[in-house]
Amino acid sequence: MINAPHAPTRRELLLASGVLFAWAHLPRAARAEGRDPRLLVVVLRGALDGLAAVAPVGDPDWIGLRGDNALTLDSEPKALPLDGFFALNPAMPNLHRMYQAGTATVVHAVASPYRERSHFDGQDVLESGFVKPGAADSGWLNRALASLQPAARVGSKDAFAVGPVTPLVVRGNAPVLSWTPPKLPPAGDDTVMRVLDLYRHTDPTLARALEERVDLAAIARDGGLDMQPKKSGPMPQVRGAAIRNYFSESAGAAAKFMARADGPRVGALAFDGWDTHAAEGAANGRLALLLGALDGALGSIESGIGDAWKETAVVVITEFGRTARINGTEGTDHGTATVALLAGGALKGGRVIADWPGLSAAKLYQDRDLKPTTDLRAVLKGLLRDHLRVDERALASAVFPGSERVKAANGLVLAS
Amino acid sequence: MAADPQSLDSQGRAALALHRFGFGPRPGDIAAIASDPRAALLADLKPESARVDAGALMDSGAAFRALFEFRQERKAEREAKRMDAAAQPAMRDAEPAPAKAGPPLPQKVYLAEAKARYDAALNAPVGFAQRLVWFWSNHFCVSADKGPVRILCGAYEREAIRPHVLGRFSDMLLAVETHPAMLLYLDNARSIGPDSFAGLRRHKGINENLAREIMELHTLGVRTGYTQDDVINFAKVISGWTVVPPRNPERGGEFVFNERMHEPGAQMVVGKTYAEDGFAQGRAVLEDLARRPATAKHIAFKLARHFVADVPPPSLVDRLEKRFRDTHGDLLEVSRALVTAPEAWAAPAKLKTPSEWIAAALRTTGFAPDIRRIIGAQTLLGEALWRPPAPKGFSDESTAWVDGLAERLDIANQIGRQAGSLAREPNELVDAALGSLASKETREAVKRAASRPQALALLLMAPEFQRR
Repeated sequence: MINAPHAPTRRELLLASGVLFAWAHLPRAARAEGRDPRLLVVVLRGALDGLAAVAPVGDPDWIGLRGDNALTLDSEPKALPLDGFFALNPAMPNLHRMYQAGTATVVHAVASPYRERSHFDGQDVLESGFVKPGAADSGWLNRALASLQPAARVGSKDAFAVGPVTPLVVRGNAPVLSWTPPKLPPAGDDTVMRVLDLYRHTDPTLARALEERVDLAAIARDGGLDMQPKKSGPMPQVRGAAIRNYFSESAGAAAKFMARADGPRVGALAFDGWDTHAAEGAANGRLALLLGALDGALGSIESGIGDAWKETAVVVITEFGRTARINGTEGTDHGTATVALLAGGALKGGRVIADWPGLSAAKLYQDRDLKPTTDLRAVLKGLLRDHLRVDERALASAVFPGSERVKAANGLVLAS
Repeated sequence: MAADPQSLDSQGRAALALHRFGFGPRPGDIAAIASDPRAALLADLKPESARVDAGALMDSGAAFRALFEFRQERKAEREAKRMDAAAQPAMRDAEPAPAKAGPPLPQKVYLAEAKARYDAALNAPVGFAQRLVWFWSNHFCVSADKGPVRILCGAYEREAIRPHVLGRFSDMLLAVETHPAMLLYLDNARSIGPDSFAGLRRHKGINENLAREIMELHTLGVRTGYTQDDVINFAKVISGWTVVPPRNPERGGEFVFNERMHEPGAQMVVGKTYAEDGFAQGRAVLEDLARRPATAKHIAFKLARHFVADVPPPSLVDRLEKRFRDTHGDLLEVSRALVTAPEAWAAPAKLKTPSEWIAAALRTTGFAPDIRRIIGAQTLLGEALWRPPAPKGFSDESTAWVDGLAERLDIANQIGRQAGSLAREPNELVDAALGSLASKETREAVKRAASRPQALALLLMAPEFQRR
């Protein structure tokens, strides 16, 4: 919390912004093959609308579901074609370029084993790798690392403080380095709006006070007023630039770390703000902005990691998807299946992997959500097995307990 | 917003008690006092509840002497450097900067004192006595921004405030007005009676500052009938109340009545003549001021405004004023009267001050940041610890703080991000933090949050958590 002046430490100088949780050991088995693989997991908290990120433009029921909000190949702006059936959100040119270069893969209609609709529990299942929420205080990525025999220590632990707070996905027994950002992510529109909404319903005095401050901040920013707030206060209504910068800087800094010969090989980042209940704005609004920021982050990883990009896999996951239909407030509510995005030179990409369930009312899960046809654990198991060489038995037991019947996806990476 | 207190169940009353009279509940605190919240508040009114773990903290005399030595050393270093530079001008730039060994001594002491204060607040099971300490410390405020006060302000609170918050008002008044921190803050330490030995020799005079603020802020209250002559005469009475120079190795930094600075003779203060009696002359004036009806009214009003409402119910003020008068300023009895008054259990109305809100947020989340960051947050929210803008202290009214809501949101976000993923279920936190005070809207907002960090931020920003 709190902006007390302090001398920047090395980690802060290295990582101007963002949170990176990384593991400092080299995967030994992969090393024996002469590879030096990198894996970066990006967790999107709040539930990404997979249908707005990668639109099934070839599905006959698509336009009927989303109406004016449906991205199509002739919508304005135009969705970016992938394979004839699917098209990418136009805010993601980097991912599109990677896809065309064969270094990006989309997995669609994918979901974790969680089938309820609570963010907390959904995130818990997503990050713990267990079937039920609240089952463990460690994450699948950590347990995967713990199962690897470290080939050699990379980097000096002394150089970095081990932070007290790490996301669940990397928590556990395997030693994890964490970098806590000196600059915090912008308090997004989303939280401000939720607080305002609460105040409007319960406490008009507080609502007015916060509205005034939000308005002032907006005027100062948009009107070009040369108004420095007296106190180093926040800018509650953060628009595109700040979010873009934050995503891009933290991802880029993480990539530069992982590029170094003595740097970490496995890391995780988390980005919030995907809970688009109202005014989702898949084409021009908030979600487009967030997807653009995510796309910028992928671009920063590619450029920041340099030559190591060819040995890199980035996987972007979220706790669940959103309703197939648009709700009454131009948004979407908590759903089930969504997308997982994979990028990096290590991938056998240029494909959309989907056992497409269809979008007709009868095909929707509980008549409301995209039906899950691919288990996210299959994707993650495939990546861990073929990219990092995590043992298959460990994957089925320690890493994703209860997943014996979920077969690891084959052929996701070139090394498989 | 919050439920009507009449309809509150025991959990709700317990939550109200902890937010209004304490620093908010830690997980489990509501349940611990739910059987009888009022009795828990009354039981907290014992001397040990108002204490702080002083550990290795220095008393004010030792602190002032240490400050003197620290300044001497600094001076010697600067002197040595200048001599070096003069001798070898070419070497000057090549000299490596001396390694910095943490903050300078006054700041180090200030931080240690601040930590002790926060530790006491964060660990208090009920917190009412500690809140009284915060109230009285602000009533009798000094400022760390004034010269040597930075190294003394924590010791001042421990020595002049804490021992008396459950004792007699007149004892606290005397302890405060004879404390070196107050004498330095309000300039009485160098006030010299014009006809005193020192005054005649050095042609210096009195300083009215402390005398005025004692009457205006500490006792009677502004515009209660005292005159400028009363101020001057009272200043003469307390001329000579000063501090032993810190270079004195034994008693440096301690209070002393210096006869040679004291204006001799009888003085008339607020309608009564006080014969020359050395130090006892001033003590007699303070005792009379403490007994005046205006003082009882002033204190009663401030207590009611601080704990209950910006515009407190007159019936409550009357009740406290009467108790103050009837008991000759027994603050234990006045504090008891406060929590036994029915008006004190009205629905939450006031915005917490920044420091109260920060303490509540830390207690609720169990998040324990470095003291510098806590102080940084207080400063960001406009309530810099022990650094009030004026002798009047920080405002007790919600309107003074409501502008800082956006900054509170920023801090709530930061706490959410750092504590959120470790915290228990946010829904459990709502119960632990607010019990049945929580509105259904707040419960819904927290439940629907997009992540644990956001849920925690929403809880900390909820009206029921901001108000008390």
